[in-house]
Amino acid sequence: MTIECVNPEGLRFNQMKSSSHQTLETRMRPILMKGHERPLTFLRYNRNGDLLFSCAKDHTPTVWFADNGERLGTYRGHSGAVWCCDISRDSSRLITGSADQTAKLWDVKSGKELFTFKFGAPARSVDFSVDDHLAVITTDHFVGTSSAIHVKRIAEDPEDQVGDSVLVLQSPDGKKKINRAVWGPLNQTIVSGGEDAAIRIWDAETGKLLKQSDEEVGHKEAITSLCKAADDSHFLTGSHDKTAKLWDMRTLTLIKTYTTVVPVNAVAMSPLLNHVVLGGGQDASAVTTTDHRAGKFEAKFYDTILQEEIGGVKGHFGPINALAFSPDGKSFSSGGEDGYVRLHHFDSNYFNIKI
Amino acid sequence: MAAVVDIDVLTAQLGINWSDVNLDSIQLPPGNDFGIESDDESVYQDDQSEFDTGFGNIIVVDHLPVVPKEKFEKLEGVVKKIYNQLGVIKENGLLMPVDPDTKMTLGYCFIEFNTPQEAQNAKEKSHGYKLDKSHIFAVNMFDDFDRLMNVKEEWEPPQERPYVPGENLQKWLTDDKARDQLVIRFGHDTEVYWNDARQKKPEPVHKRSYWTESYVQWSPIGTYLVTLHKQGAAVWGGADTFTRLMRYQHSMVKLVDFSPGEKYLVTYHSQEPSNPRDASKVEIKVFDVRTGRMMRDFKGSADEFSIGGPGGVAGASWPVFRWACGKDDKYFAKLSKNTISVYETETFSLIDKKSMKVDNVVDICWSPTDSILSLFVPEQGGGNQPAKVALVQIPSKVELRQKNLFSVSDCKMYWQSSGEYLAVKVDRYTKTKKSTYSGFELFRIKERDIPIEVLELDNKNDKIIAFAWEPKGQRFAGIHGDQPNRDVSFYSIKTGTKTLERVSKLATLKAKQAKCPLLVAPQASTSFLAGLKGFNGQLEFFNVDELETMATAEHFMATDIEWDPTGRYVATSVTTVHEMENGFTIWSFNGNMVYRILKDHFFQLAWRPRPASFLTAEKEEEIAKNLRNYSKRYEAEDQDVSLLLSEQDREKRRALNEEWQKWVMQWKSLHEEEKLVRQNLRDGEVSDVEEDEYEAKEVEFEDLIDVTEEIVQELM
Repeated sequence: MTIECVNPEGLRFNQMKSSSHQTLETRMRPILMKGHERPLTFLRYNRNGDLLFSCAKDHTPTVWFADNGERLGTYRGHSGAVWCCDISRDSSRLITGSADQTAKLWDVKSGKELFTFKFGAPARSVDFSVDDHLAVITTDHFVGTSSAIHVKRIAEDPEDQVGDSVLVLQSPDGKKKINRAVWGPLNQTIVSGGEDAAIRIWDAETGKLLKQSDEEVGHKEAITSLCKAADDSHFLTGSHDKTAKLWDMRTLTLIKTYTTVVPVNAVAMSPLLNHVVLGGGQDASAVTTTDHRAGKFEAKFYDTILQEEIGGVKGHFGPINALAFSPDGKSFSSGGEDGYVRLHHFDSNYFNIKI
Repeated sequence: MAAVVDIDVLTAQLGINWSDVNLDSIQLPPGNDFGIESDDESVYQDDQSEFDTGFGNIIVVDHLPVVPKEKFEKLEGVVKKIYNQLGVIKENGLLMPVDPDTKMTLGYCFIEFNTPQEAQNAKEKSHGYKLDKSHIFAVNMFDDFDRLMNVKEEWEPPQERPYVPGENLQKWLTDDKARDQLVIRFGHDTEVYWNDARQKKPEPVHKRSYWTESYVQWSPIGTYLVTLHKQGAAVWGGADTFTRLMRYQHSMVKLVDFSPGEKYLVTYHSQEPSNPRDASKVEIKVFDVRTGRMMRDFKGSADEFSIGGPGGVAGASWPVFRWACGKDDKYFAKLSKNTISVYETETFSLIDKKSMKVDNVVDICWSPTDSILSLFVPEQGGGNQPAKVALVQIPSKVELRQKNLFSVSDCKMYWQSSGEYLAVKVDRYTKTKKSTYSGFELFRIKERDIPIEVLELDNKNDKIIAFAWEPKGQRFAGIHGDQPNRDVSFYSIKTGTKTLERVSKLATLKAKQAKCPLLVAPQASTSFLAGLKGFNGQLEFFNVDELETMATAEHFMATDIEWDPTGRYVATSVTTVHEMENGFTIWSFNGNMVYRILKDHFFQLAWRPRPASFLTAEKEEEIAKNLRNYSKRYEAEDQDVSLLLSEQDREKRRALNEEWQKWVMQWKSLHEEEKLVRQNLRDGEVSDVEEDEYEAKEVEFEDLIDVTEEIVQELM
């Protein structure tokens, strides 16, 4: 286990738009968590906010203490990059989706593998329903199969678990990946977004396509990330078109758009303040090697309502692939292409930002 | 269109539902159009032009000698001989009518050429040709005869056309907020904006997609915007929007250049040779900007146009022609091997009909105000013949001053903008010939005999990397030294009472890390340094009057910097050489960021230049004296605007907040409604802790970070 505390660049909140041009700086020591050998892909806190789960391309999802960044354990069993995970409401079950064409159910405490859902294609995203009785899993297109959304029933007792799908939804364009699919309010709908830049709302019972985002106002390029509010009322999507958009989850009405300068790989919403965070950066292959600032590997904070940038957190050496807020909104963590998780506990200055 | 009714009737008779017919699917057999007129008007235009050529290649030569039959063949031979030099006469193309009664020729003939161009040429060249004393040719185009015959016997006064006022091409100067315009090119779009620094945003003036096929350029005093197209160049301008004022035909034009007074436009086109060993072909045309008439064209291989000058494209150095002395556009010069060709614009021909021979000349430079040309000839014969800098008066071609320089590797000439001084930066070899160092030769043009002063740098081994004059001023700055510790020195050349050592050093800034280009604000005492292209876009705003740095800033990865014509604002931009953060930032002269605009695929930003002030010197002085009174008014306006802005901003925020609250209320109520269902889903679990997450809680933290003890001295 490695926990490093490096001299941080710190968190800079500069009030660009304010007339006085003052810079408010808060010095936070991020906790640098080095446990993965490959780029991070996903981060998620459990509901209590005491555990942080991380997925990376190195096959081994890891759980950390969200307070001090200590590594608690790993979940060994996958044989490919792990793209996504979700934790049940009572923090007993973990579900992971992997490029090894499986999604696995784990016992959080013991790290035991409970069940393996097998697909003929890489599993891209996973999400537990409100009651944890269902899970939605998306798979990529692969030799002979097109990308699809699968709904699986999750049994109370792992002994009774079966691999059958309750419902399978096919994307209109099977060649385009569905990067995220999550449950809508009361498990009535499934919201998906992917490479074809469209957001779709499906009926979770019948599998009927209910709504699709308007091409005019919607994203112009692949949707990379999707983060929903804790009460399932609205959600935020990030896209390669350098924007993030906030939508009403029931009506699919576009509420806000946040524009940045780099492709967005990860998004998060603060549960406490009206802040959204966007992370991203130039594609790893296109990054210049001369200056790490050239890629803009910065987690950018925006005011949710005013859509204005309030500040940024630097530190990663590569694009940011994952972002997550702790449920109390007092800390957040970011995961990068550089293989690091950076855990930030906000200090008092953060809570006093006025713009 | 009347036919449509008939068609309706006809189709009704035939029982065809007209609306079901897909017109696009109907294809006519080739070569038969069934009498349907094509929508493509160009088809007809082509026909027209062929029609015109009917007699266009025939000229009528009058005032020939009247000769009897015996001499007929001889005369025919003479005429053929004359006109064969001017073009190709068609077979049997010479027709000389003979009077059937007298058997004498009628004194005129018709000549048919291969092409109308040859005929036109022959007409122009031979009209007025003296065969002998009594026979002076009168040549006309055959097509003109109808027109000439119809000339009325009596002179009619031409109808007076009412004066139509042209558009006010300088309307932009009368902007009541005294803002400057700038044009940007990004993607396929070109947009012109007011730089509205008060509102902290640009105000759009005009935008257009596919306005130009490569770049746009302002004319030197801002009247016109020129765009480049396949067919040629076009200039745009006008009172309110940009309308096309004139087109200049020059296919595949690559570069354009204006004369300083905007009277003439030079266009450049070069063709890559099919055989790479050949030099590329270059064609340059000079147009009159207002009439659109071509004044002169130059053709040749690229070699003839490629000596000296700061870089260029595909062979030639651009601009090929250097225009002289300010707004009159009287002379322009071209540098080619061993010669300097100076043309004057009245006749567009060489002064004294010949070029100046100067062996091995490599660079020429006009004084910005007088018709004085400075030229540089490098060292020859391995140092036996020294390098030379000379000043030549035009049009007399008298050498005013000359200076020989020894062991010189390179020279650069910098004229001060009002033509009073010429600074020549001389790079000399050190004794080992391995490296070079820099010095200056300063010419005082306006003083008797043009004294020359030599200036050496404090550190003898330094090289000057960049140089700049203060516009209209007596100071200059240079960046010297080796990487990474470069110094910037400021000098004053002010004429003092002391005869010696009149150039004095004002200050040196030490170790400005790798600041490359040096930019001086126009009409302001601010000098501005910047490091670009790989230097991370560090900017430094330096006040030369106070000799202090006003501000430092950074526009990360900035590639270009341009001052606005008034020196109030400066724009830094990131163009497409970088993938990210394309766009531009506007800074005030003292280094405050005003606003930033991001545009993908950003190519170009150009401020619209302003002409020299129309105010008299006295008026300017008066304004300078009473500046406080004037500035009061503008300060009040500024304050009004900023109040208005903050008011608008508040209003906008309030509206946004209200809208958001509405959403939140709606979400809350829905969440409440669904509470029971949700509890059932969760097997009766009640805890919905996330209920009140929208309350923007006031959270107070008290962290004791550090305790330091300080002893405070008691004040008396």
